[in-house]
Amino acid sequence: MVNGMEALDRKLIRDFRRLWSQFLAISLVLAAGVAVLLMSFGMSDALEETRATYYERNRFADVFIDVNRAPNSMLDIIRNIDGVASIEPRVTTYATLDIPAKVDATVAYVVSLPENGTSLNQPILRLGNWPDATATDAVVLNAPFGEANNLWPGDDFTATLNGTKRTLTVTGWALSPEFIYTIGPGSLIPNDEDFGVIWMPEQALAAALDRTGAFNNLSVKLRSGYRLEPVIDALDIFLEPYGALGAIDRTEQVSNAFIDAEITQLRTLAYTLPPIFLGITIFLVNMVMGRIVALERAEIGLLKALGYSDTAILMHYLLLASLVGVFGVSIGYVAGSWLSFELAKLYADFLKFPYLIYSVSWNIYVLSGVLGLIAAGTGAARAAWVAARLAPATAMAPPAPPRFTTSWVDRALHLIRVSQPTMMILRGIIRWPVRAGLSILGMALAVGILVSSNFFPDALDLIIDTAFYQSNRQHAVLFFNDEVDEKVVEEARRLPGVLQAEGQQVMTAVLRHEHYRKRATIEARRPGMNLSRVVSTNGQVVDAPPGGIMLSERLAAQLGASLGDVIEVKFLGVHQGTYTLPVTQLVTQFFGLGAYMDQTTANRLFQQDPRVSIVNVTLDAAHGDAFQQSLKDLPKLAGRAMLAENRAGFEDTISRNILITTTIYAILGTLITVGVAYNGARIQLSERARELASLRILGFTKGEVGFVLVGEIMLLAVLAQPLGWWIGWGVAKMLTESYTSDLYSMPLVVSASTFSSASLIVLTAALVSVLIVRRRLDGIDLVSVMKTRE
Amino acid sequence: MTKLPAERVFRTSGLTKVYDTGEVKVYALDSVDLELFAGELTVLLGPSGSGKSTLLNILGGLDHATDGRVWFRDLELTNLRDRGLTRYRRDHVGFVFQFYNLVPSLTARENVQLVTDVAPNPMRAEEALDLVGLTHRMDHFPAQLSGGEQQRVAIARAVAKRPEILLCDEPTGALDSKTGIQVLEVLKQVNEDLGTSTVVITHAAEIRKMAHRVIWFQDGKIANIDVNETRLDPAEIAW
Repeated sequence: MVNGMEALDRKLIRDFRRLWSQFLAISLVLAAGVAVLLMSFGMSDALEETRATYYERNRFADVFIDVNRAPNSMLDIIRNIDGVASIEPRVTTYATLDIPAKVDATVAYVVSLPENGTSLNQPILRLGNWPDATATDAVVLNAPFGEANNLWPGDDFTATLNGTKRTLTVTGWALSPEFIYTIGPGSLIPNDEDFGVIWMPEQALAAALDRTGAFNNLSVKLRSGYRLEPVIDALDIFLEPYGALGAIDRTEQVSNAFIDAEITQLRTLAYTLPPIFLGITIFLVNMVMGRIVALERAEIGLLKALGYSDTAILMHYLLLASLVGVFGVSIGYVAGSWLSFELAKLYADFLKFPYLIYSVSWNIYVLSGVLGLIAAGTGAARAAWVAARLAPATAMAPPAPPRFTTSWVDRALHLIRVSQPTMMILRGIIRWPVRAGLSILGMALAVGILVSSNFFPDALDLIIDTAFYQSNRQHAVLFFNDEVDEKVVEEARRLPGVLQAEGQQVMTAVLRHEHYRKRATIEARRPGMNLSRVVSTNGQVVDAPPGGIMLSERLAAQLGASLGDVIEVKFLGVHQGTYTLPVTQLVTQFFGLGAYMDQTTANRLFQQDPRVSIVNVTLDAAHGDAFQQSLKDLPKLAGRAMLAENRAGFEDTISRNILITTTIYAILGTLITVGVAYNGARIQLSERARELASLRILGFTKGEVGFVLVGEIMLLAVLAQPLGWWIGWGVAKMLTESYTSDLYSMPLVVSASTFSSASLIVLTAALVSVLIVRRRLDGIDLVSVMKTRE
Repeated sequence: MTKLPAERVFRTSGLTKVYDTGEVKVYALDSVDLELFAGELTVLLGPSGSGKSTLLNILGGLDHATDGRVWFRDLELTNLRDRGLTRYRRDHVGFVFQFYNLVPSLTARENVQLVTDVAPNPMRAEEALDLVGLTHRMDHFPAQLSGGEQQRVAIARAVAKRPEILLCDEPTGALDSKTGIQVLEVLKQVNEDLGTSTVVITHAAEIRKMAHRVIWFQDGKIANIDVNETRLDPAEIAW
């Protein structure tokens, strides 16, 4: 019996080698599932681990708050809040920079370096030295900014701090856990050349900003085990008199929130894609093993007659499938490990981590390996069971021919008088509806994956159009550190190259309705403004009606407020005060949690002269350089955003990312299609070999016979398209819902070209797979096929 | 005595087929010269491996000769490539095999229509099935028909295009003798009514008695050719 088992093992290896191309096609689908699982978990774990280590080693704070100006005497009170472990008061500001040989004005966020060293959010020096605590003109830059602007230790540049121009000298480059992801005011994506972080000794910066003995930014670290909310509430209460803008925790800290979003997306990927691949693997193994057992009936009968047990037969076929599983899992391990490491490196580099802690936990390998083997085993279970249960006598007799019956479908087909080869195709589908249905489902999933990954550009096109071309028609936005008198709009209008200028006021406030509370930015503007407009998702320009507040629908929903409700608005910063305002209008928007007021209403509320905090301008392109130059001398200017650059940067980053993801998804979609179509066609060929040879003998050409083979799979592929579009649309809808955050909502737009390119990829992959199988038809020995009994 | 028809449909000259396995060369056909005539019913007899099937396959355009030449009327088959042979089979040849080779997903009528849809001058599928006595079973699938019925459908499918030649390789091999006789009667009827030149390979030597001529094969060569002075009706044959 020992020898016997060895013979069966040899059969196993030989079967595997003989059917290698079919098994390879299945293994690749399985491998894709394993690889995606490893990659998404590997990357998200690497991101999470690296970030956690970085935060811990460099003491990233738990709570952050900006105030207008608070005296240092408040610090003792804050230190005594229950749960506070340590605090770090800082002086911060936005400044415009004049970098030698660079035309464009650049914006930087300037942060003070405490005299006796940082205790929280500690930057890591990457190059050069920290400036002396008493130095007045020495600074450290965040490394990507220094690199992008070619500013090395020893180089000088000019910064406008509190209206005064100062020459500063770079002493080094640093990275900080607080600024892993840096984004300038008014920007949508990071741009290291345009926006940077500067660390400056506290003495010098406080003196320049006239904040000696005071702070305007505070980071707080909590004792472990203490809850955030009481500390946040206490900070808001204590610092309210000093123009507090509301304390936030890590989830609202921009850099951290961005990485959170990335990790969430990677995790979503890990939970959605691999099940699809594993499901298709089960179907393919089931289909192929079913056919193998059908073909090996006589052999199974013989083996049983020779005394092999049911269990031996069962194990034989399960083992054959598990070889496919092992092969697929192995490919998946290699591809997944490589991909996840390379992508994690890319991420770490893009996000400016000082190091990468990459270790995929072994249980992800175990999990994906076990899932892969289970999928292969589940797929083979039915066929192996059938083989094990075959009675030897039945097994050695030829199987009963497939029974076809006529139905109403046939009568309908006769009426339209389809050709006999077409009838063969249709009867095949009707005779094995489950197999046909699953093949359709498999290919539909491939289409769905492509549609749902490719709809992003469609959605982004609409967002870009609405955000840049409809809402924000200005060429540049000028930001000020504080609210300034409205006459600054006139000043801006006189700057070289400026064609139009309009001002608006931007205020931070906490909105309350019932038990809901939300921190938001309220824009106050005059009706009929032309450059920055509120545009709803259906393209309508909307102005905030006087006497109330206009909310974006997303914000209103978060507040549980609807049209006509009265909400409480507590202004933070300069305009301390709480007011009740009716919701006079709702507007649907893609970006942000917008809230809007009529400028006159705001002025009346605050009993103030008109003030602005930003100025929007349109420019004459011919005078762009002169405009940029003039900004460097504009006092009080905190920053400027060039919308054309923003737009180009946004589109560029997006299209680069989209190219990568589209390529990956195209590969995944193709793998599924090839797996389904190639195996489907091979089984067709195996089942129909005699029929097809008969047709050749009857005088049908290779092309006509190929039609039967190609036709069935391609018909299924075509039928899969509408289902695939529907699945893709549904998944896209789910994704738009899951990606909706405070920052933006993703519109559900899927263009005709997204549907058609998904279909084109899948239909091409199916056709190529089937044509590869069709070539085997040419090699069929007509005579020997006809001479053997089925 | 039955008068021999004179018009020649096939001619072979030095027809040779060698199977080269690398170590040994097997001569399946060894320089065969043969003529077959229009309207003739010929039976090929001989032991397994004597070359009859190889000859039939080359005549039917299913296989190529290694050497020698073969003509169908004025058309030299030895020069034809795959496309030409396909055309030739489609237009001129009908085949009947031991295992009927019907398409299981098509009814009897549809199996015949496979041919009538593409042939240049076919009879109606119903007419062909009537010829083999299966009018009442037209809409049955192969799995619903007996072996003899399936073989008759195969014959109907082969003759529906009104082929000039009908090549039958062991048409009764899978049937009991009673059913076999029914099938032979159909072949005889087709031969007589349609004038189709018919070649039948068989292991049942008794069947030779219904032929115009009997060709005996041995080791890839023609050992002997008999002309039947009197032919028996299939009903008179038993094996």
